[in-house]
Amino acid sequence: MDFLNALVLLGNFVLIPAISYGSQLALGALGITLIYGILRFSHFAHGDVMAFGTMAVILVTWWLQGMGVSIDPLPTALLALPVGIAVAAGLLLGTDRTIYRFYRKVKAPPIVVVMASLGVMFVVNGLVRFIIGPDDQNFADGARFLFTVRDFKEATGLDEGLGLRWSQLITIVVTLAVMSGLFWFLNRTRTGKSMRAFSDNEDLALLSGINPERVVAVTWLIVAVLVTVAGTLYGLDKSFKPFTYFQLLLPMFAAAILGGMGNPLGAVAGAYIIALSEVGVTYAFRKFFQYLLPESMEPSGLMQLLSTDYKFAVSFVLLVFVLLFRPTGLFKGQSI
Amino acid sequence: MKKLLLTTALVGFAAGAAQADDVPLGIILGFTGPLESITPAMAQAAEMAIAEVNESGNFSLGTVTSVRGDDGCIDSGMAVATAERLVTSDRVLGIVGADCSGVTGAILQNVARPNGVVMVSPSATSPALSTAEDDGLFFRTAPSDARQGQVVSDILVDRGVESIAISYTNNDYGAGLADSIQAAFTAAGGTVTMVASHEDGKADYSAEVGALAAAGGDVLVVAGYVDQGGRGIIRSALDLGAFDTFELVDGMIGDSLLEAMGDEIQGSYGQLPGADNPGTETFQGLAEAAGFDGTSAFAPESYDAAALIMLAMAAAGSTASADYKDHVMDVANAPGEPIYPGELGRALEIIAAGGDVDYVGASAVELIGPGESAGNYRELEIRGDAFETVRFR
Repeated sequence: MDFLNALVLLGNFVLIPAISYGSQLALGALGITLIYGILRFSHFAHGDVMAFGTMAVILVTWWLQGMGVSIDPLPTALLALPVGIAVAAGLLLGTDRTIYRFYRKVKAPPIVVVMASLGVMFVVNGLVRFIIGPDDQNFADGARFLFTVRDFKEATGLDEGLGLRWSQLITIVVTLAVMSGLFWFLNRTRTGKSMRAFSDNEDLALLSGINPERVVAVTWLIVAVLVTVAGTLYGLDKSFKPFTYFQLLLPMFAAAILGGMGNPLGAVAGAYIIALSEVGVTYAFRKFFQYLLPESMEPSGLMQLLSTDYKFAVSFVLLVFVLLFRPTGLFKGQSI
Repeated sequence: MKKLLLTTALVGFAAGAAQADDVPLGIILGFTGPLESITPAMAQAAEMAIAEVNESGNFSLGTVTSVRGDDGCIDSGMAVATAERLVTSDRVLGIVGADCSGVTGAILQNVARPNGVVMVSPSATSPALSTAEDDGLFFRTAPSDARQGQVVSDILVDRGVESIAISYTNNDYGAGLADSIQAAFTAAGGTVTMVASHEDGKADYSAEVGALAAAGGDVLVVAGYVDQGGRGIIRSALDLGAFDTFELVDGMIGDSLLEAMGDEIQGSYGQLPGADNPGTETFQGLAEAAGFDGTSAFAPESYDAAALIMLAMAAAGSTASADYKDHVMDVANAPGEPIYPGELGRALEIIAAGGDVDYVGASAVELIGPGESAGNYRELEIRGDAFETVRFR
């Protein structure tokens, strides 16, 4: 019984929050790693493009809600996703056409393109604030809980409870679906294979007749899907605020680098590692050990490794260690 | 042109000649800076008290005039220069101000104490000012944040709460408040399981709440802002089933909280500054007639600050700070006839006749300890879709 209580406690406060946060990070990090693998630069505008796509989803959601459309208990925002993806794709292809393509043509060094993406970041940043404002926006509807902590306690009779929100379940399911779709696409389809070939060796890919502009356009389209889905899930699960999306850039990059830049599987693993350590390292394990250990060995302190103030430092410490000891990341990516 | 110069000179001379009977008061507030939106009403409230005293004709020490000065709210250098100018060249005999805690301390130490001028701040709330060296010259009509800590502790103890966890917003306001709540509640015999900060503007607070939940406690005290991290903490605590009841500080009281999760936090409680005082309404009427908003933050306290200085002068029969500084507490507190806004003339009459007054004013002034407002709070509880007043403390 105590063992079950300890497990439920850990699940409620560490595992479920970390897995849903990790899923959102994973989608973002996948986009970063794809762009790095194929276009060969670090896309700094990633967080803000995410905010832009989510903003489009929110606006359409509000319109749908105004029309009385509802798919209760699922959030209406899921219906609005395709429009958001289309808007994000338009933005990404537009910036590629007007900005990045020029730098590709003149074969500019990667750092120049990175700086250009920094510029794009500021512009998109401003656009989002201009259109929807800098404040918190609420667009979640439908049922909030699949089951609450109290329901769980009553149903199982345990001392500890476990709550699961719809947004968390949707996050995990959608992430799994999008990720398996992406891996199928990359490994099984002709276009996916040509993307991987282009990423492995650009010159060889060109020689074998792969159209680079097509590969680039497909990459941006996939990125648009990934960021909009990630942003919408994050917004549904937590809240939408342009500034927090900008801040997501750092953990997303940390995840991509941790797993190995350019390696999609690595990005996913990196995201879950980052999320679990952010939540796990700052969690106070006292109650957990109180359930597991005999009374004489019960800890009196909080058993907290780091104060929650240092939550964001965790991903950077991991990042620094990886860069120092394994610059290619945990799963053999490209060195940066 | 010549005539103009002559007139100006004459007016200047006349003003100089009249100085003997003038009682200039300095009004030093942050007319620029982060509080610039509320300072105009504060200054107008102080000037309204001055006009009221002059019109009554019962102030025998001269005509009270006012000189405004800008302290920039967060610019100590500018604040000290302004105060220096007002004291040495305008020769003000008392200061209504300053507004923000930092500049108030700077003016007190660098200008008011060296020159021996009384200061009454309407809005500085830092607990540090309670223990600052002031030679008996410093008073405030605003309560120290330490007072709210005491009120929180009283409310918790009265409701039979034995252990609490505190989550505070990571700035001076939150940290000061958390400290004073912890000190007061521990002194009252309660247990504080954990005091942890949260950053505003984050989307996710599950890690913070996880730590607080592990520490445990009957009630979570949230010392933050309603539209910021404070709300995120409550949202997360409810989602994770970590806490059911919350104690909300003044920054957390807002309708947006009820809109966001009203039915989930029924029975949670908190407090806001406020008193069961008929003077507040009278003051708002007077302010409206004078053309400014009497509900603006710290406007009542500003009116009271100016009124206290003038009543203390009348009670001392002198405009010298060294004489009247000892009378400020007397006129502010019982015993005596209670004085509400608009009754300053009557108060002066009573004082002239040798009577005693108990100035209540617009903000229910009651000075305690080192000359700061006792601080009245309204205890609120969430019932239905509103914050309902339970009682006054």
